Amino acid sequence: MKKSVFFGALAATTLVAGMASAATIDDVKARGELLCGSSTGLTGFGAPDASGNWTGFDVDLCRAVAAAVLGDATKVKFVPLTGETRFTALQSGEVDLLSRNSTWTMSRDSELALDFVAVNYYDGQGFMVKKDLGVSSAKELDGATVCIQTGTTTELNLADFFKQNNITYQPVNVADDNEAQSQYVAGACDAYTTDASGLAASRATLPDAENHIILPEIISKEPLGPVVRHGDSNWGDIVRWTYYALLIAEEKGITQANVEEVLASTTDEEVKRLLGASGDMGVKIGLDNAAFKNAILAVGNYGEIFARNIGEGTSINLARGLNALWTQGGLQYAPPFR
Amino acid sequence: MTMINAAPRDDFRLSMLIYDTRYRAITIQLFVLALVLAAIWWLGSNLQANLEAKGRPLSFEFLWSRAGYDIGQTFIPYTSDSTHFRAMLVGLLNTLVLALFGCLFATIIGVIVGVLRLSKNWLVALLTSIYVEIFRNIPLLLWILVIFVPLYEMTPAPNAFKVTDEMIASGTEPAASMILGGTVAVTNRGTYIPGFLFDRGFEAGWMTTLAIFLVIAGSLAVHLTLNARARRVQEATGVRPTTWWKSLIVLFAPLVLVLWALGFHLDIPQPPTRFNFEGGVVVQNPFVAMLIALSLYTGAFIAEIVRAGIQSVSRGQTEAAFALGLRPNRTMNLVILPQALRVIIPPLISQFLNLTKNTSLGIAASYADLRGTLGGVTLNQTGREVEAMLLMMLIYLSISLIISSLMNVYNRSVQLKER
Repeated sequence: MKKSVFFGALAATTLVAGMASAATIDDVKARGELLCGSSTGLTGFGAPDASGNWTGFDVDLCRAVAAAVLGDATKVKFVPLTGETRFTALQSGEVDLLSRNSTWTMSRDSELALDFVAVNYYDGQGFMVKKDLGVSSAKELDGATVCIQTGTTTELNLADFFKQNNITYQPVNVADDNEAQSQYVAGACDAYTTDASGLAASRATLPDAENHIILPEIISKEPLGPVVRHGDSNWGDIVRWTYYALLIAEEKGITQANVEEVLASTTDEEVKRLLGASGDMGVKIGLDNAAFKNAILAVGNYGEIFARNIGEGTSINLARGLNALWTQGGLQYAPPFR
Repeated sequence: MTMINAAPRDDFRLSMLIYDTRYRAITIQLFVLALVLAAIWWLGSNLQANLEAKGRPLSFEFLWSRAGYDIGQTFIPYTSDSTHFRAMLVGLLNTLVLALFGCLFATIIGVIVGVLRLSKNWLVALLTSIYVEIFRNIPLLLWILVIFVPLYEMTPAPNAFKVTDEMIASGTEPAASMILGGTVAVTNRGTYIPGFLFDRGFEAGWMTTLAIFLVIAGSLAVHLTLNARARRVQEATGVRPTTWWKSLIVLFAPLVLVLWALGFHLDIPQPPTRFNFEGGVVVQNPFVAMLIALSLYTGAFIAEIVRAGIQSVSRGQTEAAFALGLRPNRTMNLVILPQALRVIIPPLISQFLNLTKNTSLGIAASYADLRGTLGGVTLNQTGREVEAMLLMMLIYLSISLIISSLMNVYNRSVQLKER
């Protein structure tokens, strides 16, 4: 028995030691590729296009991080994760970063040992129903059958909303978005509930979008954002500041097209620091000084990402609303870059 | 090689642990045992060390906190205010009910198809062979989807049954109508069937059920006594007294009386005024789809087991029975089936276990089984993957062991009695 204890102890210590030493950034650099947890296909936010390239609002954040860390926005491997598997995948190191409309809640931040590093989309949960149902408010849904994606905060909000309003419903817990959508379209449920942005994305893919309405009630706060593992603050800082760099770029009027131009002509010290022309902000968190410039070059600023993927004029057609910059009455606000 | 068994006792050397056949077996066994224990210890300590490194030591406290989510199909009272433990029980019951009905239907299908596969009728034998081969050779998950999707895509929505005042005025019929004399509605959410209602029932619902149950049990007891008496008379006199009409009265008159006294009537589901049918009992589509898929899939395997069992009884047995003057159906019941059962039961147990474990595919059809509640929403909302997984493994293991021990008891009763 002595021997087995010895071997066991040896194995346990090596494994624990192995886990503690690895910093995510070193892993990513060594691998030459960023593993990004994405949704299983939500048009506008993260879905493969006809030729198999991932595009979308959340996807672009991953590309920006890859551009900042590796200098190449194409060096991302997208790992599609369902609502149920996403956090386990992140915790176990299957992905480096989760960028998949995940709601920031206290228990996820603490109990799940994850860190939400930013809010890239301020959302709220809504309902979509068919127009011919004759319903104009979520409070009229007493007795309705409602489809929800299982393993999400929407499940809890839904239960709370109906309880608070003293009305009943019949839940249908569905494994993923596509399945929920097809059951809703077939009429197996009266209403489909998820984040309002997700509803807009779903509606955009329906052939008869005009026959479906999104009810006015927003029943919850859903701050969606990128998530990293707890305990690697440096990696968290990298993702957070890559995101803020995109916000500051919009605030300062730096776009994908005019980065070089601005860099050559600017007199603004903050812009110089952001683009790596002065100071050593990038080096401080283990990146190149040009890291954030690369990120902006790869995907454009926050406003461009929004407009390209989900903004007005796209099939999703979402207004900036809460996601406008603070200077324009929205909530998107980056701390100073110094 | 010469065997010298009487080695001198005082001459024990350490090398004998390897080279002496008397000790070698024990040495090897101890070594393997040590390796196995080390592996288990290594896995366990790794788990604990890693969980502690993440700051999340093993704890089952989460079972007693508020669940906060709703479940579509519940056999016991449950709301979003109930605990995660109760949500787990709800899921467990859903699993067990599905497994129970699944085993029942799979056995019925399996026995019928198994016998028909041996039919001399070419077409019947061919059709049953096709069924068996198709269902055995395509993964269960695909069958679940193939059955579930048409179930909600092709059946009418509850709305289609709606009758409005304008429709009555203009004389148009609703798009869909109820079947079986307007008592059953097949919709894309589930099948609505009549429920039982008691106008003059007891305050507590379970007392009404108990009363009816007692009456039925009493009737059965009297019926059995009647039969026993008839047998005694037959054995004594050779003439069996007529019992059929007495049995009929004893079996049904008290039941009808008590149902009338309780004010029993059927609760026929009413077409929706808002969203869903009102009244009646709903058998939800996820359950129906899972039940059909599991029964057909496992039924194909059971059919093969039944066929093999029947074929394992030698032809000589049938011929001997015929020679004794037994008719074919008595030959089957008294000679072939009892012997075939000995071969059928052991593999049948594994099929029941398979079916029970396969219920965990329920999420594919939105069925809230144990895997959907404890292993799905609870796991996800609390983030207690390891605990939830361990608990689920323990529960499935217990269910399987209980099923196999029950079936083993039955197996022993049909086994060859050696005296």
